[in-house]
Amino acid sequence: MTPSLNPLLQGGEGNEDRLARATLRRNARNRWIAYVTLTLGVLIFAFPIWLTLVGSTHDASTIGRGDVPLWFGPLGISNYVSAWMTGGEATRTTRSVPAWVMLWNSLNMAVLIAVGKIAISLLSAYAVVFFSFPGRMIAFWLIFITLMLPVEVRIIPTFEVMVNLGLINTMTGLVVPLIASATATLLFRQFFLTIPDEYVEAAKIDGAGPLRFFKDVVLPLSVTNIAALFVILFIYGWNQYLWPLLIVSDRDLETVVVGMTKMIGNGDAQNEWNIIMATAVLAMLPPVAVVVFMQRWFVKGLTETEK
Amino acid sequence: MATLTLNSVKKQFGATQVLHGIDLEVADGEMIVVVGASGCGKSTLLRIVAGLETASSGEVRIDGRDVTALEPADRDIAMVFQNYALYPHMSVFENMAYGLKIRGMSTAEIKRRVDEAAQMLEIGALLDRKPRQLSGGQRQRVAMGRAVVREPKLFLFDEPLSNLDAKLRVQMRAEIRRLQKRLGVTSLFVTHDQVEAMTLGDRLVVMHQGRAAQVASPMEVWGRPADTYVASFIGSPAMNFLAATLEPGGGAAALKAGLTIGFPDGPRAGQAGQPLTLGIRPEHIQLGQGGLDLAVDLVEPLGSETVIHGTIRGGEVLTARLPIPASDIGGVLPIILPWEAFHVFDGASGRRIDPA
Repeated sequence: MTPSLNPLLQGGEGNEDRLARATLRRNARNRWIAYVTLTLGVLIFAFPIWLTLVGSTHDASTIGRGDVPLWFGPLGISNYVSAWMTGGEATRTTRSVPAWVMLWNSLNMAVLIAVGKIAISLLSAYAVVFFSFPGRMIAFWLIFITLMLPVEVRIIPTFEVMVNLGLINTMTGLVVPLIASATATLLFRQFFLTIPDEYVEAAKIDGAGPLRFFKDVVLPLSVTNIAALFVILFIYGWNQYLWPLLIVSDRDLETVVVGMTKMIGNGDAQNEWNIIMATAVLAMLPPVAVVVFMQRWFVKGLTETEK
Repeated sequence: MATLTLNSVKKQFGATQVLHGIDLEVADGEMIVVVGASGCGKSTLLRIVAGLETASSGEVRIDGRDVTALEPADRDIAMVFQNYALYPHMSVFENMAYGLKIRGMSTAEIKRRVDEAAQMLEIGALLDRKPRQLSGGQRQRVAMGRAVVREPKLFLFDEPLSNLDAKLRVQMRAEIRRLQKRLGVTSLFVTHDQVEAMTLGDRLVVMHQGRAAQVASPMEVWGRPADTYVASFIGSPAMNFLAATLEPGGGAAALKAGLTIGFPDGPRAGQAGQPLTLGIRPEHIQLGQGGLDLAVDLVEPLGSETVIHGTIRGGEVLTARLPIPASDIGGVLPIILPWEAFHVFDGASGRRIDPA
């Protein structure tokens, strides 16, 4: 055996044992640190959700008194049933809306926004990337510039337009202004630019027209991106607050994010925190479901698609 | 099966003239290889024939029909791309069938054609796979298959072998040639590789700066290159060029190195003292006394042969390929330049000068 140049490795058999033990100890310590950090992170993020979940199983007065229970109460099922069916008791000033109506509205809005945005962005990005027509770059820059104008900035003119079109208190008025999207167009444009020209040329020789090429080649190749964007846009739509608050006054069209704030009263009556928390838990479920479901999809897409 | 005719096809990109008027007549069933260094316009020429690029002027005729203004799909051609351009989300079968499906062919006929082509190319077992599950050679076959099932009038190949490793390239080269001969489809094959060009083509088009420098059979291009560019491009190692002047009477030339070379095939027209470029291929140089002395710089053993780089009197560089082992070489080597092996070119224009 050649003598090692590393002083730590000199000194025969016993020394190697010592080094092996040191490595084991170091690995154990590293694992321990990792678990502690992760547990802390989970606690910080999960604790509010835990409080909500637990709060939704007690009666209104427990939380009303200022108690913060850490374990489930006895009223879980009845609270959820009442949130789902009636949205709590109506008071003198506010009418209560059942959670299923609000969730249904939110779901409609989020899906329509996500699907609408994806459809429009796909087509506009396709036009900008694969066709050369006069004003192509102008069109692209106009889309690009709207990135700098979020909903909040253009909210007054948009509201005015919606009023003039008579779209106040309609699902159309709720969804359409949120559909125009530069972000998704840009993302699809970047992706389309990576599609090799040879596919376009091969399709031309195969005799596929522009729409055929879009349907048969571009769309299947974009599945991964579409799935990823759907997740992002669904959550974006689901969490919309300001626009629905402005455009919808009819409580039958209320979304759950807005509806929940209206359940918190102005002091006329005791807040039914248990019902509010149950509604909050229900409002969390669809985005979670979308993430969980679509994640499997786009991971699959990522590993199976190759350009 | 068809003929292909190009009439003074020109192409400009903005102010840049890429093709300066290409004329070409391709006979039915002929395999034409367009060869040239990168940027010579060979790919542009192919794309104009395919219809992917529009010619600035001139016309393209396939089987006598003017297709200059037609879409690629209406020209009845098939093309094999450098990176194969197989649709990644479609199986091998779908890739091959796609063009036929768009043309509205019946499912049974599509299946018959794909199966037939797959059998011919020995990819029958791969029909259900996706392109990424295939090796480079298999993708190459699928790309060929996609062209074959179309039963087109014209095959176009855009450097289809350049993404393969050396061994596979030689194998696929032979296969493409065999397939093309068997199907008898008129083909245009673009490559930058002179070996590919020599082995595949019935005729070569050697392109240089947007012009066809020479259109001829491989042996003609090798044996009687039209100018110094063609002479240096075809053949490996490249032909040696030596500066010379024409002797009075035109029957011989005086090399700058001091040697007089006679023209056994007849005198050349021209003024005495006119500058010439004499070309000689490295493999035609022989070992022996009475010629020149080659001061050896570098020796490259190839096994049975040896390539020797050196300089001759006057400082001109010369490469020789000799059938002797590398170990016997060193210092100064006496060499003979056989007169009949010389090619005579004009010293200024580089054009070949044949006996008057």
